Amino acid sequence: MAATQGTIQPGAVSLGGGSRRRELGRWLFILPVVFLNLVVIVGPALFGVYIAFTDWSGVGSMNFVGLENFARLLQDQVFWKALRNNLVWTAIFLVVPIVLGLLGAYMLTGIRRGQMFMRVAFFVPYVLPSVVTTHIWRYLMHPRVGLGQWLSDTFGIDFLDKAWLGSRDTALYGIAFMDNWHFWGFPLVLLLAAMSAVDVELYEVARLDGASRFQQFRHVTLPSIRPTLVFLLLMIAIWSALVFDYIFLTTGGGPANASEVMGTHLYTTAFERFQTGYAATIGLVMVLWVALVVGGFVYLRKRGWEI
Amino acid sequence: MAGVKTRTSDSQERSWNLSSLPNYVVLIILVVFALVPLYQLGINSFKTRAQIGLDPFGLPEEWLVSNFTEAWERGKYATTLPNSVILTAATIFFVLIFAGMAGFALARLRLRGADYISFYFLVGTAVPPQFYMVPLFILWRTLGMINTFHGLIIIYVAQFSPFSTYLLRSYMVSIPQEFVDAARIDGASNWQVFHKVIMPLSWPGFLTAGLVVGLGVWNEFLFAQTFLPRPEFKTIVTSLYAFQQRDGREWGLTNAGSVIMITPVIILFLALQRRFIEGLTQGGLKA
Repeated sequence: MAATQGTIQPGAVSLGGGSRRRELGRWLFILPVVFLNLVVIVGPALFGVYIAFTDWSGVGSMNFVGLENFARLLQDQVFWKALRNNLVWTAIFLVVPIVLGLLGAYMLTGIRRGQMFMRVAFFVPYVLPSVVTTHIWRYLMHPRVGLGQWLSDTFGIDFLDKAWLGSRDTALYGIAFMDNWHFWGFPLVLLLAAMSAVDVELYEVARLDGASRFQQFRHVTLPSIRPTLVFLLLMIAIWSALVFDYIFLTTGGGPANASEVMGTHLYTTAFERFQTGYAATIGLVMVLWVALVVGGFVYLRKRGWEI
Repeated sequence: MAGVKTRTSDSQERSWNLSSLPNYVVLIILVVFALVPLYQLGINSFKTRAQIGLDPFGLPEEWLVSNFTEAWERGKYATTLPNSVILTAATIFFVLIFAGMAGFALARLRLRGADYISFYFLVGTAVPPQFYMVPLFILWRTLGMINTFHGLIIIYVAQFSPFSTYLLRSYMVSIPQEFVDAARIDGASNWQVFHKVIMPLSWPGFLTAGLVVGLGVWNEFLFAQTFLPRPEFKTIVTSLYAFQQRDGREWGLTNAGSVIMITPVIILFLALQRRFIEGLTQGGLKA
């Protein structure tokens, strides 16, 4: 400290008070982050709102076309398919990783030996990049070399030996399966932390009342971890509207748009068809979706729901 | 020492063990589900294509290290690994400085309108990346920042700063006020309080934020793919993707390529897993 005492800035010594200059000095600390956010996120986002009402191709002239892009959206079969797939995706992810996470976390609270190892094992897939996760599962789901083929060759179990990603009926579910393998350790770890914080005495009381393990889970564990659970459901509902990587890296939305989501539809529209204006319109729908989810959450909370 | 146990505690322990048996059965099934795909990735990265076809889940007959040298060549790791290291290191560096400053301001400097700033960050993080990416791409093209490292680093810093600001703020709030007061009495400026007092005392927060940011950048696909399309600027992620597209059926090679890129992540994760888990579960990365 001694060495720096000679370089005290003027005005920094006075305690309290609020001269304009001091206030400005404080704002300097927050300025870089705010500035970067304006340039990279908020500014382009506001520009994007405008582009959504134009016929811009990314270069050349930009004509205001009013609601034309939105009218086109209503006619766009691929968009509706994508919207439906995003809903299916949301439904899957609100249920499957949460159930797996609850199951795993509840089972983990009941053991002592190996708890640490298993927690790490469950979380490892979450730190893998999407490009590796999809690679692993593209192999395992491959109709000729994968897990299904192996089960069929070795044990004669052949119902899994299918072209999961190549079929219109299963592509979306196959990709959701992959992403879920990667993701479910995340809710598990959060739920485990919440469960570990539950007062042990509550379980003692429930046991004395003759509650079964399932009843203990239903009436002690679940109510106690509700805030964590609600947080997870909210995050999943937001993330599911934005899903991109897993679909782009596996099927690119195919076959025949069967696994198309808004994110991939936007990407192809912008970067392969160069319809910047229309892509921004699709993006605006994604923004509205997220805003509705967050708004609904805030509304329910204001209405007195304990979430 | 083991023999000193009383009869009751012994029987209690036994009944406890028995009652946790179903837990272990379920958990081991889940561990198999989580780890077998990874086992497959690792084990097949040492096999020839023919061997993988014959026996996909057994140990390799001979451990083929040449897969890794060939994957290193074909995946162009000599170019892409340094690229990813530059992007990751620079992003971590700037995020920690800027988010550290912002977290300090929000935690300690009684800013008027700090609530508005927090709200602004919240809105900023809720905007779907795909939405602002298209206008951003056009802005970056106009500024000549496509296919430049600094172009993408600026984007990453902007994206990862709000989360890191929150994380660091929560660490800084818990530092006792006496430390700050003592420095103030010594005549320290805000900046000196920040980097002589607050930064050293909240280093676990900086480590945690750095790990999450580093993991996020190392693994990032969408923006790297869009803003650095030229081969000489590809990251390990986007070049691995290109490699997988080219040599899709060479599972041994593409597995080896994948192993190369995840090995540093896995090692770091195992060494610092508490910090990773703590940072990631605070809402760090998108699914």
